[in-house]
Amino acid sequence: MEWMVWTTPTAVFFAVIAALLACMTTWEVVSPTVERKGFLPISTTRGDRFFIGLLSAAYIHLIVIGFTPLSIWMALGASVVWCLILMRWG
Amino acid sequence: MSHSSQPTTPEAVRQSAAAADNRRRRKARPASRQWRRRGLMAAYIVFVLLPIYWLLNMSFQSNTEILGSLTLWPQDFTVEHYAKILTESSWYMGYVNSITYVLMNMLISIVVALPAAYAFSRYQFIGDKHLFFWLLTNLMAPPAVFLLPYFQLYYTVGLFDTHLAVALAHCLFNIPLAVWILEGFMSGVPKEIDETAFIDGYSFPRFFVKIFIPMISSGIGVTLFFLFMFSWVELLLASTLTSTDAQPIASVMTQTKGASGIDWGALSAAGALTILPGIVVVYFVRNHIAKGFALGRT
Amino acid sequence: MNKVYNNRAWWLILPMLLLVAFSAIIPLMTVVNYSVQDVFDAHTRFFTGTEWFKEMLNDPALQAAVLRQFAFSLTILAIEVPLGIGIALLMPKKGWQASAVLILVTMPLLIPWNVVGSIWQIFTRGDIGLMGWSLRELGYGYNITASPVDAWATIILMDVWHWTPLIALLCYSGLRSIPDAYYQAARIDRASKWSVFRYIQLPKLTNVLVIGVLLRFMHSFMIYAEPFVLTGGGPGSSTTFLSQSLTTMAIGQQDLGPSAAFSLIYFLIILLVTWVFYTAIMNMQKDNNKGA
Repeated sequence: MEWMVWTTPTAVFFAVIAALLACMTTWEVVSPTVERKGFLPISTTRGDRFFIGLLSAAYIHLIVIGFTPLSIWMALGASVVWCLILMRWG
Repeated sequence: MSHSSQPTTPEAVRQSAAAADNRRRRKARPASRQWRRRGLMAAYIVFVLLPIYWLLNMSFQSNTEILGSLTLWPQDFTVEHYAKILTESSWYMGYVNSITYVLMNMLISIVVALPAAYAFSRYQFIGDKHLFFWLLTNLMAPPAVFLLPYFQLYYTVGLFDTHLAVALAHCLFNIPLAVWILEGFMSGVPKEIDETAFIDGYSFPRFFVKIFIPMISSGIGVTLFFLFMFSWVELLLASTLTSTDAQPIASVMTQTKGASGIDWGALSAAGALTILPGIVVVYFVRNHIAKGFALGRT
Repeated sequence: MNKVYNNRAWWLILPMLLLVAFSAIIPLMTVVNYSVQDVFDAHTRFFTGTEWFKEMLNDPALQAAVLRQFAFSLTILAIEVPLGIGIALLMPKKGWQASAVLILVTMPLLIPWNVVGSIWQIFTRGDIGLMGWSLRELGYGYNITASPVDAWATIILMDVWHWTPLIALLCYSGLRSIPDAYYQAARIDRASKWSVFRYIQLPKLTNVLVIGVLLRFMHSFMIYAEPFVLTGGGPGSSTTFLSQSLTTMAIGQQDLGPSAAFSLIYFLIILLVTWVFYTAIMNMQKDNNKGA
C-alpha cells in the first residue's frame, strides 16, 4: 500500500464515496426507486440523479479551484446543496 | 414457381411482382452505374493498400536503394531484412511475446465476460445501468492516465515484465468491450430458450455451456476478433509494463533507430510482419463478421 | 426484452468486476493520491492540496491541447461516419469478392498503432515516401515537419485511413441484417434509392452506428502513438493532442502531481461527454421502441 501514497484527505474522500454508494444500495433495497421526471430534461431514477449530482459536484469544484479565489469549502457547500436539490426535485 | 401459373398466395404475388420488377430494373439500369460503384470501391481499396504496398516495397529493398533514389518497386529484390528478423531472437521473440499476451488476454476476457454479459442481457439488478456505464468509461480511459500507477502496481505485486501483466492491463478496456458486444448478441437470443432448458432440467452451468454458448458462437467469434484487435494494436501499456523478458514487438521496433539514423528496411519488414497475424484472424471470422452483428444490436 | 429482477445476477458479474476493478479502481485511486501531492518518492512527498489543479486549469498549453483535441475528434467523425456508410453500401454482398473486400478493408484496423505511424512516416517522407515525393514532384512544397497545415491534413488522412474501416465494417454488418423482403417491398412501391436508404437502411444502421461513433469518439481521444511517430506532436505543438501532453508530462518530466491532476481533469471531460452522448442515445432508442 506504500506505493499508493495515501493521504488523509484522499482516504476520507474515498471513504465518503464508498459510504454514499453503500447508502444508495441499502436505500434501493429498502424502497426501490421509481423513474420520474423532475426539472431535468430526462426522466431519471434515484441512481441517475446521484450520478449527475456527483459529476456536477466535480465540475463545481474544478471551476471554483481553477477560476475563482474562493475556498474549496465553499465549493463543497455549494455542491452539497446542489446535490440535495437534485435528489429531491431533479 | 413457374411463370405459366397464376400466383395465389400473397407471398407468391409479392415475390413474382418483385422478380418482374427486378428484371425490368436490371434491363433499365445502365451498366455504367454498376461500373461507377465498382470504380469507387476500387478507388477506396487503392487508398487502403497504397501505404501498405509502400511498406512492402521498402521491406524488399536494401537500405542503399531506399536512400538512393525513389523506386516504385524493388530494383534489386532482397529478403535480407526478413532473414534478419526471423533469425535473431531479439527480433522474433518480440512477436512471440506479443502473441502470448494477446492470447492470454483473449482467454481471460472472454471467460469472465460471458457470464457478465449474460447477467446484463437477462436480469435487472441494483445498479445494473450504472455498472454498465462505468464499464464503458473504462473503454475510453486513456492508457496514459494509468501508466504510472500500473507500473507501480505491477512492480509491487511482482508481475512486472511478465506476459500476465500486459494481459491483465489490457483487460481494462477489453473486458468492457467484450461485455458490450456479447450483451448485444445475447439479447438477440429469445429468452424462451433459457426457460425451456431450465424446465427440461438443465442446471445453469450445463445450459450455459451446452446450449447457450453454441447459439452465440458467431458472436463469440466477432468478440474474439475485437479482443485480438485491441490487444494486438495497443503498445503504450505493453511497452511500459515490460523491459526484456516480455518485450512486445512494438518496443523491439524502436531499436531500428540507431546512431546512423533509422534502419528503414528492417523497420518496414518488421512492420509488414505485424500485419500478418491480423490477416489470419480476419480470414477466420470473415463470414461471422457479417452474420455476427446481425444477431445483436441491429 | 423484459428482464427479470434478480439480484443474484451479481454473482455472474463478480469475477469480471474484480478483474476490472483491479485494473481500474486501484490505479485511479493512486492517481487521485498523486494529484494532491508533490511526490519525489514513496517517502519524500508533500501535501499540496488543490495547487496542481489550479495550475493545470490555467495552463494555456493544456487548454490549447483540449481545444485541438475536440477539433480533431469532430473533424474525423464528420469524415469517417459518412465515408464509412458509403463504403458499406458499396461493398459487394456475396461471392469471393465480398470476402476479399472485407479482408482488405479490415486490414488497417489490425496494424499496431505505432506501425501505422511508421507506415505513414515512410509513405509521406519527402525523400523516400511515395506520397511526399509525388506531392513535391507536382510542385507542392509538402512538408509535415514545417507546415502545421500539412501535418494536420496528414494526421487526419492517416486517421481516416486507419479507422474508417471500423465504421464501414459495422455498417456492413447492419446492412446485411436487413431481410430481402424489405427491399422487395420497396421495389414494388417504386421507392427511390434515397428513400430506400432513408427509410430502410438508415434506421437499421443507427444501432451499429451508435457503437461505431462511441468507439471512434473515445479512441480519438486516446490518439497517441500515430502522431507521436509521424510528427512527434510538431511542428511546434500543432499536433500535440491530450494523450501526448499527458505522457510527456508524466514520463518525460516525471511530474507526477501535475500530470495526475491533469489526468483527472481529462477524465472528467471524457466522462461528461460520453455520459451526455450515451444518455442521448439511450433516450433516442427508448423513444424509438415506444413508437414501434
